Amino acid sequence: MLPHAEMVHWLFASVMLFIGLCLLCEAIVGQEVWGARPWRKYLWPGVAFAMGVLLWPVMAFFTNSSIHMYAHGSWAEVLMLAGGAELGLVRGRLTSPLWRLTWPLAFAVTGTAFIVHEQNPWFFARSAFLHHLIGWTFVIGALAPLALVLRPRSAALQACMALTIVSVAVMLYTDRDVAPVFGHLSPLAGTPHR
Amino acid sequence: METPLVHEIPADAARRSPPRARAVSLIGPITIACGVIWGILQPYRLTFLHPRGQGLWWLLIEPPLLVAAVGVVFALVVAKPLLADLERHDAAPR
Repeated sequence: MLPHAEMVHWLFASVMLFIGLCLLCEAIVGQEVWGARPWRKYLWPGVAFAMGVLLWPVMAFFTNSSIHMYAHGSWAEVLMLAGGAELGLVRGRLTSPLWRLTWPLAFAVTGTAFIVHEQNPWFFARSAFLHHLIGWTFVIGALAPLALVLRPRSAALQACMALTIVSVAVMLYTDRDVAPVFGHLSPLAGTPHR
Repeated sequence: METPLVHEIPADAARRSPPRARAVSLIGPITIACGVIWGILQPYRLTFLHPRGQGLWWLLIEPPLLVAAVGVVFALVVAKPLLADLERHDAAPR
Protein backbone atom coordinates (compact mmCIF):
# COMPACT_ATOMS: atom_id res chain seq x y z
CA MET A 1 0.00 0.00 0.00
CA LEU A 2 3.05 2.24 -0.13
CA PRO A 3 3.10 4.92 -2.85
CA HIS A 4 5.61 4.61 -5.69
CA ALA A 5 8.99 6.22 -5.07
CA GLU A 6 8.28 8.79 -7.80
CA MET A 7 5.17 9.93 -5.91
CA VAL A 8 7.21 10.53 -2.77
CA HIS A 9 9.57 12.60 -4.91
CA TRP A 10 6.63 14.66 -6.20
CA LEU A 11 5.33 15.26 -2.67
CA PHE A 12 8.75 16.41 -1.52
CA ALA A 13 9.01 18.51 -4.69
CA SER A 14 5.78 20.27 -3.68
CA VAL A 15 7.14 21.07 -0.22
CA MET A 16 10.43 22.26 -1.73
CA LEU A 17 8.54 24.42 -4.22
CA PHE A 18 6.63 26.01 -1.35
CA ILE A 19 9.85 26.69 0.60
CA GLY A 20 11.50 28.11 -2.52
CA LEU A 21 8.58 30.46 -3.17
CA CYS A 22 8.61 31.63 0.46
CA LEU A 23 12.35 32.34 0.24
CA LEU A 24 11.85 34.18 -3.03
CA CYS A 25 9.15 36.33 -1.47
CA GLU A 26 11.37 37.07 1.52
CA ALA A 27 14.11 38.15 -0.89
CA ILE A 28 11.67 40.43 -2.73
CA VAL A 29 10.03 42.14 0.24
CA GLY A 30 13.00 42.14 2.62
CA GLN A 31 13.39 40.63 6.07
CA GLU A 32 11.65 43.52 7.82
CA VAL A 33 8.34 43.10 6.00
CA TRP A 34 8.63 39.31 5.97
CA GLY A 35 9.01 39.31 9.74
CA ALA A 36 6.03 41.64 10.28
CA ARG A 37 3.91 38.66 11.34
CA PRO A 38 5.62 36.36 13.83
CA TRP A 39 4.27 33.12 12.32
CA ARG A 40 5.78 33.93 8.95
CA LYS A 41 9.31 33.99 10.36
CA TYR A 42 8.89 30.38 11.43
CA LEU A 43 7.16 29.24 8.25
CA TRP A 44 9.88 28.03 5.92
CA PRO A 45 12.39 26.98 8.62
CA GLY A 46 9.59 24.99 10.27
CA VAL A 47 8.58 23.36 6.99
CA ALA A 48 12.24 22.53 6.28
CA PHE A 49 12.57 20.94 9.73
CA ALA A 50 9.36 18.95 9.17
CA MET A 51 10.74 17.79 5.82
CA GLY A 52 13.80 16.50 7.65
CA VAL A 53 11.59 14.60 10.09
CA LEU A 54 9.54 13.12 7.25
CA LEU A 55 12.69 11.92 5.53
CA TRP A 56 13.11 9.33 8.30
CA PRO A 57 10.02 7.30 7.28
CA VAL A 58 11.19 7.66 3.67
CA MET A 59 14.51 6.19 4.76
CA ALA A 60 12.77 3.35 6.56
CA PHE A 61 10.25 2.42 3.85
CA PHE A 62 11.89 3.36 0.56
CA THR A 63 15.47 2.21 0.83
CA ASN A 64 16.58 -0.85 -1.08
CA SER A 65 20.27 -0.70 -0.23
CA SER A 66 22.59 0.47 2.53
CA ILE A 67 23.86 3.39 0.47
CA HIS A 68 20.28 4.62 -0.08
CA MET A 69 19.72 4.38 3.66
CA TYR A 70 22.84 6.42 4.39
CA ALA A 71 21.85 9.02 1.79
CA HIS A 72 18.28 9.47 3.06
CA GLY A 73 19.45 9.38 6.68
CA SER A 74 22.09 12.05 6.07
CA TRP A 75 19.50 14.28 4.33
CA ALA A 76 17.15 13.88 7.25
CA GLU A 77 19.90 14.84 9.69
CA VAL A 78 21.21 17.90 7.83
CA LEU A 79 17.72 19.20 7.02
CA MET A 80 16.65 18.89 10.65
CA LEU A 81 19.89 20.57 11.73
CA ALA A 82 19.56 23.47 9.25
CA GLY A 83 15.82 23.91 9.83
CA GLY A 84 16.27 23.70 13.59
CA ALA A 85 19.17 26.18 13.56
CA GLU A 86 17.11 28.62 11.47
CA LEU A 87 14.21 28.24 13.92
CA GLY A 88 16.60 28.93 16.79
CA LEU A 89 17.93 32.03 15.04
CA VAL A 90 14.53 33.54 14.27
CA ARG A 91 13.36 32.75 17.81
CA GLY A 92 16.46 34.41 19.23
CA ARG A 93 17.64 31.34 21.14
CA LEU A 94 20.67 31.14 18.87
CA THR A 95 22.56 34.34 18.29
CA SER A 96 25.69 33.46 16.36
CA PRO A 97 25.23 34.00 12.61
CA LEU A 98 27.62 31.09 12.11
CA TRP A 99 24.62 28.80 12.69
CA ARG A 100 23.62 29.79 9.14
CA LEU A 101 26.56 27.64 8.00
CA THR A 102 24.21 24.71 8.53
CA TRP A 103 22.50 25.62 5.20
CA PRO A 104 25.58 25.34 2.97
CA LEU A 105 26.39 22.18 4.94
CA ALA A 106 22.90 20.81 4.20
CA PHE A 107 23.25 21.67 0.50
CA ALA A 108 26.74 20.16 0.25
CA VAL A 109 25.85 16.96 2.12
CA THR A 110 22.63 16.55 0.11
CA GLY A 111 24.41 17.12 -3.20
CA THR A 112 27.25 14.76 -2.34
CA ALA A 113 24.82 12.09 -1.15
CA PHE A 114 22.85 12.39 -4.40
CA ILE A 115 25.97 11.99 -6.51
CA VAL A 116 27.54 9.24 -4.42
CA HIS A 117 24.46 7.06 -4.05
CA GLU A 118 23.69 7.04 -7.78
CA GLN A 119 25.81 4.22 -9.09
CA ASN A 120 24.61 4.35 -12.70
CA PRO A 121 25.93 6.76 -15.36
CA TRP A 122 24.03 9.93 -16.39
CA PHE A 123 22.13 8.43 -19.35
CA PHE A 124 21.22 5.08 -17.73
CA ALA A 125 17.65 6.30 -17.11
CA ARG A 126 15.89 9.51 -16.16
CA SER A 127 16.23 8.91 -12.43
CA ALA A 128 20.01 8.40 -12.78
CA PHE A 129 20.28 11.59 -14.83
CA LEU A 130 18.28 13.50 -12.24
CA HIS A 131 20.35 12.17 -9.35
CA HIS A 132 23.52 13.49 -10.99
CA LEU A 133 21.88 16.78 -12.01
CA ILE A 134 20.27 17.43 -8.62
CA GLY A 135 23.49 16.45 -6.86
CA TRP A 136 25.61 18.92 -8.83
CA THR A 137 22.91 21.60 -8.54
CA PHE A 138 23.02 21.28 -4.76
CA VAL A 139 26.84 21.21 -4.62
CA ILE A 140 27.17 24.34 -6.78
CA GLY A 141 24.06 25.91 -5.20
CA ALA A 142 25.72 25.59 -1.75
CA LEU A 143 27.71 28.69 -2.69
CA ALA A 144 24.58 30.86 -2.33
CA PRO A 145 23.82 30.01 1.33
CA LEU A 146 27.56 30.11 2.04
CA ALA A 147 27.77 33.66 0.69
CA LEU A 148 24.60 34.50 2.65
CA VAL A 149 26.50 33.80 5.87
CA LEU A 150 28.82 36.66 4.95
CA ARG A 151 26.11 38.95 3.49
CA PRO A 152 22.88 37.90 5.25
CA ARG A 153 20.80 40.81 3.94
CA SER A 154 21.66 40.33 0.28
CA ALA A 155 18.40 39.95 -1.66
CA ALA A 156 20.27 38.67 -4.73
CA LEU A 157 21.92 35.84 -2.80
CA GLN A 158 18.65 34.96 -1.09
CA ALA A 159 16.94 34.87 -4.49
CA CYS A 160 19.75 32.60 -5.77
CA MET A 161 19.15 30.19 -2.89
CA ALA A 162 15.39 30.31 -3.52
CA LEU A 163 15.77 29.64 -7.24
CA THR A 164 18.15 26.75 -6.56
CA ILE A 165 15.48 25.16 -4.38
CA VAL A 166 12.74 25.85 -6.95
CA SER A 167 14.84 24.34 -9.73
CA VAL A 168 15.49 21.21 -7.65
CA ALA A 169 11.72 20.99 -7.08
CA VAL A 170 11.16 21.13 -10.86
CA MET A 171 13.76 18.38 -11.34
CA LEU A 172 12.05 16.22 -8.70
CA TYR A 173 8.71 16.69 -10.49
CA THR A 174 10.23 15.27 -13.67
CA ASP A 175 11.36 12.11 -11.87
CA ARG A 176 9.84 8.80 -12.94
CA ASP A 177 10.61 5.35 -11.56
CA VAL A 178 11.59 4.04 -15.01
CA ALA A 179 11.65 6.46 -17.92
CA PRO A 180 14.04 7.49 -20.70
CA VAL A 181 16.09 10.67 -20.63
CA PHE A 182 16.61 12.44 -23.97
CA GLY A 183 15.76 9.14 -25.68
CA HIS A 184 18.25 7.10 -23.65
CA LEU A 185 17.12 4.20 -21.47
CA SER A 186 19.34 1.29 -20.57
CA PRO A 187 17.69 -2.12 -21.14
CA LEU A 188 18.88 -2.94 -17.62
CA ALA A 189 16.67 -0.20 -16.15
CA GLY A 190 13.39 -2.04 -16.80
CA THR A 191 10.20 -1.25 -18.68
CA PRO A 192 8.99 2.36 -18.65
CA HIS A 193 5.45 2.59 -17.34
CA ARG A 194 4.22 6.15 -17.80
CA MET B 1 -24.45 48.46 -19.74
CA GLU B 2 -22.62 49.35 -16.57
CA THR B 3 -21.21 47.32 -13.75
CA PRO B 4 -20.49 49.06 -10.47
CA LEU B 5 -17.57 46.69 -10.01
CA VAL B 6 -15.74 48.29 -12.91
CA HIS B 7 -15.92 51.65 -11.23
CA GLU B 8 -14.57 50.19 -8.00
CA ILE B 9 -11.42 48.75 -9.48
CA PRO B 10 -8.68 51.30 -8.94
CA ALA B 11 -7.12 50.92 -12.37
CA ASP B 12 -4.43 53.54 -11.95
CA ALA B 13 -3.78 52.34 -8.42
CA ALA B 14 -3.06 48.89 -9.84
CA ARG B 15 -0.79 50.46 -12.45
CA ARG B 16 0.95 52.39 -9.71
CA SER B 17 1.44 49.35 -7.47
CA PRO B 18 5.10 49.09 -6.53
CA PRO B 19 7.17 46.47 -8.36
CA ARG B 20 7.73 44.48 -5.16
CA ALA B 21 3.99 44.12 -4.57
CA ARG B 22 3.42 43.22 -8.20
CA ALA B 23 6.13 40.55 -8.06
CA VAL B 24 4.72 39.01 -4.87
CA SER B 25 1.16 39.03 -6.21
CA LEU B 26 2.27 37.29 -9.43
CA ILE B 27 4.18 34.36 -7.89
CA GLY B 28 1.09 32.39 -6.83
CA PRO B 29 -0.87 32.83 -10.10
CA ILE B 30 2.22 31.97 -12.17
CA THR B 31 2.67 28.75 -10.17
CA ILE B 32 -1.00 27.87 -10.63
CA ALA B 33 -0.71 28.61 -14.36
CA CYS B 34 2.32 26.30 -14.59
CA GLY B 35 0.28 23.46 -13.06
CA VAL B 36 -2.68 24.12 -15.38
CA ILE B 37 -0.48 24.31 -18.50
CA TRP B 38 1.27 21.08 -17.47
CA GLY B 39 -2.14 19.42 -17.08
CA ILE B 40 -3.16 20.61 -20.56
CA LEU B 41 0.10 19.44 -22.14
CA GLN B 42 0.07 16.04 -20.42
CA PRO B 43 -3.59 15.25 -19.66
CA TYR B 44 -2.77 11.57 -19.07
CA ARG B 45 -1.09 12.67 -15.82
CA LEU B 46 -4.47 13.84 -14.53
CA THR B 47 -5.83 10.49 -13.44
CA PHE B 48 -9.15 11.96 -12.29
CA LEU B 49 -9.96 12.42 -15.98
CA HIS B 50 -9.77 8.65 -16.50
CA PRO B 51 -10.13 7.17 -12.99
CA ARG B 52 -11.12 3.63 -14.03
CA GLY B 53 -8.50 1.11 -12.97
CA GLN B 54 -6.32 3.65 -11.16
CA GLY B 55 -4.95 2.87 -7.71
CA LEU B 56 -5.49 5.11 -4.69
CA TRP B 57 -2.10 6.78 -4.88
CA TRP B 58 -2.43 7.55 -8.59
CA LEU B 59 -5.76 9.20 -7.88
CA LEU B 60 -4.41 11.19 -4.93
CA ILE B 61 -1.06 12.32 -6.27
CA GLU B 62 -1.22 14.03 -9.64
CA PRO B 63 1.83 16.25 -10.23
CA PRO B 64 0.13 19.07 -12.22
CA LEU B 65 -2.49 19.34 -9.48
CA LEU B 66 0.24 19.38 -6.83
CA VAL B 67 1.93 22.33 -8.56
CA ALA B 68 -1.38 24.20 -8.85
CA ALA B 69 -2.20 23.37 -5.21
CA VAL B 70 1.15 24.79 -4.05
CA GLY B 71 0.34 27.96 -5.99
CA VAL B 72 -3.11 28.23 -4.38
CA VAL B 73 -1.80 27.61 -0.85
CA PHE B 74 1.03 30.06 -1.40
CA ALA B 75 -1.26 32.76 -2.80
CA LEU B 76 -3.78 32.46 0.05
CA VAL B 77 -1.57 31.70 3.03
CA VAL B 78 1.62 33.62 2.23
CA ALA B 79 1.13 36.19 -0.53
CA LYS B 80 -2.21 37.69 0.58
CA PRO B 81 -1.19 38.67 4.14
CA LEU B 82 2.29 39.59 2.90
CA LEU B 83 0.83 42.06 0.40
CA ALA B 84 -1.19 43.68 3.18
CA ASP B 85 1.95 44.02 5.29
CA LEU B 86 3.92 45.37 2.34
CA GLU B 87 1.23 47.95 1.62
CA ARG B 88 1.20 49.01 5.29
CA HIS B 89 5.01 49.21 5.31
CA ASP B 90 5.13 51.30 2.12
CA ALA B 91 2.39 53.62 3.39
CA ALA B 92 4.07 54.19 6.75
CA PRO B 93 5.85 57.54 7.07
CA ARG B 94 9.64 57.34 7.31
